[in-house]
Amino acid sequence: MKELSLHILDIAENSVNAGASKIEISVIENLNKDELIIKINDNGKGMSAEKMKNLADPFITSRTTRKVGLGIPFLKAAAEACEGRLVISSEIGIGTQVEVHFRHSHIDRMPLGDLKGTWLNLLIGYPKVHWILVYSVNSNTYELDDQPIKEAINGIPLSDPQVIGYLKNEIANGFDSVKDIKS
Amino acid sequence: MNAIKSLDDLKKIREEALAKRKVTETSGATQVIVGMGTCGIAAGARETMKAVLEYIEAENLPNIVVTQTGCIGLCEQEPILQVVMSEKEKVTYGKVSPDVVKTIMENHVVKGEVVQDHVIPLQG
Repeated sequence: MKELSLHILDIAENSVNAGASKIEISVIENLNKDELIIKINDNGKGMSAEKMKNLADPFITSRTTRKVGLGIPFLKAAAEACEGRLVISSEIGIGTQVEVHFRHSHIDRMPLGDLKGTWLNLLIGYPKVHWILVYSVNSNTYELDDQPIKEAINGIPLSDPQVIGYLKNEIANGFDSVKDIKS
Repeated sequence: MNAIKSLDDLKKIREEALAKRKVTETSGATQVIVGMGTCGIAAGARETMKAVLEYIEAENLPNIVVTQTGCIGLCEQEPILQVVMSEKEKVTYGKVSPDVVKTIMENHVVKGEVVQDHVIPLQG
């Protein structure tokens, strides 16, 4: 995968498969510290210590549809290739936290890519999940909690043409507000 | 302040959409499902999804529920898109690039005609 935002889409899928009803994703660009951090917290079923140990092994996966799981190993390798790291903590019955660090300026760091597209995708594609999506650049933060939106449109799908337009606009404005202020 | 105003806008959108739905109620909602496992994403599923949403927005198509799903075990056929129309069997399409999305949306989702060229044959 060529974009970090595609990895985010992928890792979020793990959370959905773990039965999470609430998923919080933060992307933090801290240029002063030369850091890019991605955090994904879910309230899914969690993993045992033994399963955690095998997580970076692509041939050990809980999926049943094919025999390899490449999501986490891919992202871990990408982080480690640019002086970063991937840390996972998990508790059975509580949920899982994935935290990935990159050196922001590292020449091998993948671009963030179309993060707005990833957000739109997650919001619409998994409507049953309560999403809290955060994007921050230095001290500016944009948070999108989808609960008020879902309450307002109660009964019509998020893929209604007008709602798609609304969401796109909302996300674009939010990203602009974070990036606007020169640091 | 801005947020409250736009949520009110959403409520208006909701009322309009519900009013429209009453007119077309008999047809029921059509479901479009995009495969979004690691295999799908790596093959370009996010662009496929984007193309679906863009089509819906451009053609102003109400009553279509777009969702995504994980790997369904046909990784070599990704990006995969499925269409479920009310009371009809689910149709699974393979290698659905944004261009193919347009063809499927136009012919299957809007007109109800399955696009045979892109259907994944059933595996025995």
